[in-house]
Amino acid sequence: MRAAVFSWLKAAVFLLCLGPLLRLGVLAYTGGLGANPIEFMLRSLGTWTLTLLLVTLSVTPVRRLTGWNWLIRLRRMLGLFAFFYACLHFFTYVGIDQFFDWRTIVADIAKRPYITVGFASFLLLIPLAVTSTNAMQRRLGGKRWQRLHRLVYVAAAGGVVHYLWLVKKDLTQPLLYGLLLLALLGLRLAWRFARPAPRVAVSHPPA
Amino acid sequence: MLIRRPPDIPSSEITDKELYLDRRRFLGTAAGIAVGATAVGATLVGTHRADGAPPAATAFPNLRRSAYSTSETPNSYRDITTYNNFYEFGTDKSDPSENAGTLITHPWTVRIDGDVKRPQTVDVSTLMRWSPPEERIYRLRCVEAWSMVIPWVGLPLAAIIKRAEPTSRAKYVEFTTLMDPKQMPGERTGLLAWPYVEGLRMDEAMNPLTILAVGLYGNVLPNQDGAPIRLVVPWKYGFKSIKSIVRIRFTETQPINTWNRAAPNEYGFYANVNPAVDHPRWSQATERRLGEFRRRPTLLFNGYGDQVASMYRGMDLRKYF
Repeated sequence: MRAAVFSWLKAAVFLLCLGPLLRLGVLAYTGGLGANPIEFMLRSLGTWTLTLLLVTLSVTPVRRLTGWNWLIRLRRMLGLFAFFYACLHFFTYVGIDQFFDWRTIVADIAKRPYITVGFASFLLLIPLAVTSTNAMQRRLGGKRWQRLHRLVYVAAAGGVVHYLWLVKKDLTQPLLYGLLLLALLGLRLAWRFARPAPRVAVSHPPA
Repeated sequence: MLIRRPPDIPSSEITDKELYLDRRRFLGTAAGIAVGATAVGATLVGTHRADGAPPAATAFPNLRRSAYSTSETPNSYRDITTYNNFYEFGTDKSDPSENAGTLITHPWTVRIDGDVKRPQTVDVSTLMRWSPPEERIYRLRCVEAWSMVIPWVGLPLAAIIKRAEPTSRAKYVEFTTLMDPKQMPGERTGLLAWPYVEGLRMDEAMNPLTILAVGLYGNVLPNQDGAPIRLVVPWKYGFKSIKSIVRIRFTETQPINTWNRAAPNEYGFYANVNPAVDHPRWSQATERRLGEFRRRPTLLFNGYGDQVASMYRGMDLRKYF
């Protein structure tokens, strides 16, 4: 893909990723968040975190299926957006839902399995965001960097469990996310066992 | 003699001056964030408060006020009619207000049977004349840790029960929602064991706080809020207050209520609001009153202890949750 075309594409994806936040802003301004706006925001930011994690995880399979190698150059941005929404989700919980009631927050994290899992998954994303720069990739070395970034599988699974455990009865939505995640991870496993992995340079810094 | 030894770490090593000054900046920033969060939160909860006026209160011309009403400000008509748990019309809070138009509430009869002297089927309009309608402004606390204040129109269940003349065998009252998947699309799913069933112990049912609600904000009850007739038990979690009732049955044995059947470790028969007894998955210590920014502490029996606590004296509320 030509460089100019790619940078336009990247800009478009960037704006697209900001869409959910923009929507929340517009809804908040017009009073469209419903009777329980804080819950609406928490839910929305949480599901977008999960969605973007799955989008990030689908880069490799889609690239392999289609041969669109340029997709890999969008992956870091997608992953960072997932982290961005995870941060917004977390800080909405801490700063708006619980209003910095640290005692309750700490008790929640320790006592409520769905919050424990959600918080742990959020923590797992932090080192991935921190080591997402080219310099950090070089410093860690491709192999180690890749191994570290496999944590994203655990974080995504934790995110699905977090969702599953908080729902009262209707598990349709979290199960849908779970199935998608299983499919994405299943493809990787299948490829791994089908034949030795082709040598694809994963760690090269984008041009 | 005092020999002053120089400290092995000079104080300038302990905290860098830059950092030291930074801390003030940090505290300032933290305060700024708190103010910011308040502003965001206040905007969020404030935007929907002003609108949502109820339609003119005309359905009940001789509405009596009640000493059982709270003086707290009721939630807006819009809040009460667009944020509902009524799984017969979908599981999202906004589903019932969007889907409940399919419910036909006229004509509507209620079957009264079980351990009663004269089993009968009564039309709601008849039943509503058994006792004069009263306005009851009650707090409603959902098991999901949110709450509202709702101006119901209703009649004391006790008046209906006296009229029904239960026999001495009747120890419990069981209520059943309409079963009609054509009108209630949620009943086509296997989500819960339909029809929805709830129950009360006889003394709970006879308690003066317990009402059968037929109206809201002085007007006819909207479908999504359980038209044409629903139970309201304000000291229990909202799921006890069963909607769109077609049957009231008196029994000797404790009814199995729908949520208890679905998840017996999470939802009991009693379901009294209790900040000290958590849901297995979340805390019940605080709640968000819709329209408010800060969470507020949840009160034992939802603040109705004076009227109801005596019924549970000596009972282990952790065991009978």
